[in-house]
Amino acid sequence: MVEVVFIEPSGNEVTLEATEGWSLMQVATSSGVEGIDAECGGSCACATCHCYAEGEAAANLPPPSEGELAMLDNVAAERRPSSRLSCQIKAAPEIEGLILRVAEVQS
Amino acid sequence: MNERAMVVVGAGQGGLQMAESLRAEGWTGPIRLFGDEPTPPYNRPPLSKAALSGESGPEHLVIRGADFFAKKGIDLATGTRVAAIDRAAKEVVLADGSRVAYEGLALATGSRARTLPLPGADLDGVVTLRTLADALDLKARLATARAVAVVGGGFIGLEVAASARKAGVAVTLIEALPRLMARAVSETISSWYADLHARHGVRVLVGTGVTGFAGEGGRVTAVETSAGPIAADVVVVGVGVIPDDDLARACGLACDRGVIVDDCSRTSDPAIVALGDCATRRLADGSLRRLESVQNAVEQAKSGAAWLMGKERPFTAAPWFWSDQYDIKLQMAGLSAGQDRAVLRGSLEEEKFSLFYWREGRFVACDSINRPQDHMAARKILDKGASPTPDEITDPAFDLAAFVRAL
Repeated sequence: MVEVVFIEPSGNEVTLEATEGWSLMQVATSSGVEGIDAECGGSCACATCHCYAEGEAAANLPPPSEGELAMLDNVAAERRPSSRLSCQIKAAPEIEGLILRVAEVQS
Repeated sequence: MNERAMVVVGAGQGGLQMAESLRAEGWTGPIRLFGDEPTPPYNRPPLSKAALSGESGPEHLVIRGADFFAKKGIDLATGTRVAAIDRAAKEVVLADGSRVAYEGLALATGSRARTLPLPGADLDGVVTLRTLADALDLKARLATARAVAVVGGGFIGLEVAASARKAGVAVTLIEALPRLMARAVSETISSWYADLHARHGVRVLVGTGVTGFAGEGGRVTAVETSAGPIAADVVVVGVGVIPDDDLARACGLACDRGVIVDDCSRTSDPAIVALGDCATRRLADGSLRRLESVQNAVEQAKSGAAWLMGKERPFTAAPWFWSDQYDIKLQMAGLSAGQDRAVLRGSLEEEKFSLFYWREGRFVACDSINRPQDHMAARKILDKGASPTPDEITDPAFDLAAFVRAL
């Protein structure tokens, strides 16, 4: 299991144990983390699971794919260098302790 | 103790959204969510894709964990069929005869797969794909199949064909109309997809009618078509869905191939809303439009929940859809049916392009292949009611992102 922290738009912190191989979007929606819509269910087609990757573990994330970058150009909330789509991040040991701050708005 | 509940019939993605939105809108009373499938709400789109290839198991498809329902005070009853609606008493009647009083009622009953009333349609091996159980059954069949025939060249049929090819099974795709996805996309996209599937080894037969199914010992062996028999030990029939409006019709709600709703998801009874595949929406010009998409189900649920809490919040965003076939992402914004002008942006050779469509001089839709930036831009343009010109779109130097930012 990999520990990841989600910060909901309200500021509420939710710490979750993620099964390796699961996308962090799935981990979040399964527990009902507020603010992640994930309308397309993880297909990288909707840009409604936008988060900001923070904490030391963010440096260990694989870089976004071309498709993710194109969707990130069109997120509803502010696009930052730390912007990621949580459906494209898989739980893995090297991201232990990752903090994902959920974007204020998704659509 | 006798407090009336908000009752949601149908526990798909739309029904779940409805239950959650009712909480978000401030309903503090009981919420009863009834689903006739044995599984908690799950994502249906992957059933024709990752669920068939084995990339996603059932545990990946379920949207919310068990704790979630308790935390939100949503009383989910799976495997439970609602048999009738008593509008006078404001009660639903369950299959076991028990009654649940409702304050507001949401119908999210979805749709069921159309079948073909043809000889041999009941042979073992002739299947449809709608539920998780259907997908698991089909996945098991694909593991031992020698030849698959897919009847229907729409999204479901094409996604199943792609998944079957990934599994290494021979596939013949049979479409009655002259081109693929004819209801949804333009001819250019249709023919591009016919080539794509041919390149991946699918035998694509368009303009080909199915007349029946042949079998031996109760098992299907071939599809009988206008182009002759097609050998197959698994036949997937993907010829659309029938909206499940039985409950609504039985209790006298206005229906016409779906429960008729307005842009706040209201039915002809103000205490009842309907959403998603089972609902057909009355447009400003009086026509009806029924959409089968996650966005439509989710947004109609949000509007319907707002209405049940006394708020008018119409759903007006442009429709959008997507389809994943092989490694190609097709994203559609708006509705291209009836378009009279199509122009290309991007490159067919690089497999990164979009077709933008106009009708009577107004921009109406955009189909994008591996060009998500165009798709997202088109959605924003449609939502704002703006209309770039065809000349602008075909100009590679035209800054679409800047155009969108200026809206």
